[in-house]
Amino acid sequence: MALGSIRLGALLGGGKASVGDAAIEAAALRSDRFRQEREGDWQRLEAIVRRMEAGRLRRIPDADLLALPVLYRTVASSLSVARETSLDAATLAYLESLVQRAWFLVYGPRQGFATWLRRFLGGGLSAAVRSIWLDILIAFTVMAASTVVGWLLVSGNPDWYYSLVPGQFADARAPGATRAVLEKALYDQSGKDSLSVFATYLFSNNAQVAILAFALGFAFGLPTLMLLVSNTATLGAMLWLYHGQGLTLDFVAWLSIHGTTELSAILLAGAAGLHVGRSIAFPGDRPVMQAAAEAGRRAATVMAGVTLMLVVAAVLEGFARQLLNDMAQRLTVGGFMLLFWLTYYAGLRRKPESAA
Amino acid sequence: MNDPVRKSLARRSRRLVTPEGIAFDLVVGTRGARFGALALDLILIGILILVTTLVLIYIAGGVANLDDRAKAGDAVGHALQFLIIVWFAAMFLFRNAYFMMFELGPRGATPGKRLMGLRIASRDGGRLSAEMVLARNLLRDIELFLPISMLTYAAGGDLTATKFASAAWFLIFALFPCFNRDSLRAGDLIAGTWVVEAPKRKLEAAMSLGGTARGSASAATGTTYTFGEAELSAYGEYELQTLERVLRENRREAIIAVHEAICRKIGWHPGAGDERAFLDAYYTQLRARLEGGMRFGKRKADKYAGAA
Repeated sequence: MALGSIRLGALLGGGKASVGDAAIEAAALRSDRFRQEREGDWQRLEAIVRRMEAGRLRRIPDADLLALPVLYRTVASSLSVARETSLDAATLAYLESLVQRAWFLVYGPRQGFATWLRRFLGGGLSAAVRSIWLDILIAFTVMAASTVVGWLLVSGNPDWYYSLVPGQFADARAPGATRAVLEKALYDQSGKDSLSVFATYLFSNNAQVAILAFALGFAFGLPTLMLLVSNTATLGAMLWLYHGQGLTLDFVAWLSIHGTTELSAILLAGAAGLHVGRSIAFPGDRPVMQAAAEAGRRAATVMAGVTLMLVVAAVLEGFARQLLNDMAQRLTVGGFMLLFWLTYYAGLRRKPESAA
Repeated sequence: MNDPVRKSLARRSRRLVTPEGIAFDLVVGTRGARFGALALDLILIGILILVTTLVLIYIAGGVANLDDRAKAGDAVGHALQFLIIVWFAAMFLFRNAYFMMFELGPRGATPGKRLMGLRIASRDGGRLSAEMVLARNLLRDIELFLPISMLTYAAGGDLTATKFASAAWFLIFALFPCFNRDSLRAGDLIAGTWVVEAPKRKLEAAMSLGGTARGSASAATGTTYTFGEAELSAYGEYELQTLERVLRENRREAIIAVHEAICRKIGWHPGAGDERAFLDAYYTQLRARLEGGMRFGKRKADKYAGAA
């Protein structure tokens, strides 16, 4: 190993000794002469690294950028040789820190934000969503089941309605409300705050809830499930309320316009949380830490998509729902959005050459 | 370097093998430094929020009747609505995107981390990916922002149960880094990252360049210091590197003290006045001897180790 490195170091550094022979003569120690022969390369690498760290990529000549990986390996081999032959602590520490800094750049996030976004939208997101299909299935089952349970509980005993539906929704929409009151809540637009502000507020609120659903997955996914259950049980209870007055389809239409997007986003956030929780609880034959890290990265991609979906949902809820006051129109928009997300996630396959 | 520092470094350093098979030591950041970095970042975010809010209020022309005007349907109302949206978006970005944006950069560190000499890295020695940065920062929400907002929320009323629950929740995640060897917080665990020290060392001058180090006579006294086998075998690598540090720092009292100690140990009586030249010569010859031994696979860790 050491011998190989010496030869490699001599091969790469030999031709480039920028310090004159006279200076090489000057050092009494063999290890210092070794250093003098190579310090030109070290300092060149340090200058490139310093400029790259400062983010001034454009001002670095192409030749230097191309030289970076080669110089990195040269200096790394200098380090392995120096460790075996030199006792100069300051030089060793310098080399070690230089190799580390260069390593962070050579193995740093390679893609800029724009590249990442393009890959993410053009297949990365749908691939990540497809890879957690089992968790989506579980989350969907839980959500569907708790909607049914919410309905059944309230139809068995209407008092349940007050514990299932939080106060902010249960203003006038309580068991015993007349059809007119319920209808008003769906179609009356007077007294609403200005739409765009409302939409933005909804987004930052919902995004925080979705992030919470994901983050709670850390505790083996159980809190995530509870969050999904409590939210969809509310939905079941409200469905029951509107069903009682023959307004089921109106309510579904009112909900679907943003709900198909928002509920899918919450479903994905819950599934992402479950995915992390499941991989921590059942890591299989990998170490727990590795399993958690792999699941976490997949889930994080999904979560970025969830945030995006919530932006769309908030815009739909803030604008479209209040501008479209007709059941058929609302159902059309909601149905179209659902179809769009399904096609996007199930249909968009990443091209093999862009997979990296 | 005193002993506690050395021990702490040894405890925190992790050997990392790069894909090319080069091994080097990463030093896991201390919990104190990370807390400091977080505090700095939060202060910075606070300042950003304050400035954004003030600028937007200034643009809006004062807070008076803001709410009523915003609801009005005229042009002024639309402009105000737009400003309120900008404010919401800015708050969301400050809360969620601040850390990601900086950690995706070439330094891999937020301004706070940078000031504390820290950066993030991938635990497995591979490439740090955008997904990792994303994952580690999504978890920050339950570790930090959620408990804080719950606490401030609970502080309004006298809901002791809520206060207690959020305090317990906060503690579990806030103290998470204290319960594992690598000071990982929950986000690091999920993302497969860790926070390490970002070293920055300058290249110091070579030691054996001139004067008595090269074996010539001392300029002050004309003496040529040459040490024999017995004198050079008194010390090992640890003492050599201590001597190197003393020579590089070049503090007069330290040099005199070390000179005295070495002379006592090897039984020389060169007198005072030429300490630096003496130590230069001794350092170079000791290092030549120890490095010679290294080349043949014989190392002497310190003065207590067997003869090299």
